[in-house]
Amino acid sequence: MSLVTVASPRIGVITFPGSLDDRDALRAIETMGGEGVGLWHADHDLRDVDAVVLPGGFSYGDYLRCGAIAGHAPILEEVRDFAGGGGPVLGICNGFQILCEAGLLPGALIRNASLRFVCRNVFLRVETSQTPVTGELVAGEVVEIPIKHGEGQYVATPSQLERIEQEGLVVFRYADARGRVGQATNPNGSLESIAGVRNEAGNVVGLMPHPEHAVDPDVGPTGGQPLFASLLASALAGAGA
Amino acid sequence: MRFAFEVLVTLKPGLADPQGKAVEASLPGLGFSSVSDVHIGRHVRLDIDAPDETEARAQVDEIARRLLSNPVIEDYRVLDTSSPGM
Repeated sequence: MSLVTVASPRIGVITFPGSLDDRDALRAIETMGGEGVGLWHADHDLRDVDAVVLPGGFSYGDYLRCGAIAGHAPILEEVRDFAGGGGPVLGICNGFQILCEAGLLPGALIRNASLRFVCRNVFLRVETSQTPVTGELVAGEVVEIPIKHGEGQYVATPSQLERIEQEGLVVFRYADARGRVGQATNPNGSLESIAGVRNEAGNVVGLMPHPEHAVDPDVGPTGGQPLFASLLASALAGAGA
Repeated sequence: MRFAFEVLVTLKPGLADPQGKAVEASLPGLGFSSVSDVHIGRHVRLDIDAPDETEARAQVDEIARRLLSNPVIEDYRVLDTSSPGM
């Protein structure tokens, strides 16, 4: 006799000093059926997780540059190895900034063009399903997710931007509800309305909007659900491999 | 020996500098109507204990490159200072 158990993927969420959204990320993972595993920035241990999330907040007070000091945190060594081995890594907001500062994603994030902190729901057009967070979506699909940031303007050098576009590394663009992209729907001045990018291998993704704040229908839009469903599915696939 | 350095970190030319723009936009209100090309950067000063200046310079250069600046968006310059800080 064999018992079939449906495995629940273990998703790690790293807490840095100044992280704010680690709890919400853990809760979103649990809501979507995963096992949330708290990780600590100063440990050299990923606790055998199947995917890693770097949450939003103001790590190390965002001193120097957003994400700059966290980009050299002890646990980033393990994140780098995990990412190098193809493990799914998701950076949200400050986590996106950290992954850019650590050199795991191309580009950088600077002050919003408006110089204002922006906090509202936005629509994102999915540009590729070839990532751990968009596997259950199709290119062109639109999801509604909130943003809340002061430093979310995505920039890259001209040659980087050319490569990012040519190799299809853009994962999300700010858009309207019908998926139309333009300056009117660009909340922070990001180049080409880029809201999220991936690495060349496709297993590391960063985005400024907050999918972890968009899984519970009682408190807002639910555009974060397919992202976490995708992340759980890809974590499970990796765990079984 | 102790060596003192200053590091200037500036946004790469051509990159959007919203802080510089905001300062520039506020100047006409103060009566300065002929100011342009305002940019905001970062100034870092530090002391390094090292056997000689070459070693200290190599260290400050690596610090500036790996942490104080982000090569995607920023350039840096290392300046000597005459005397270390107190």
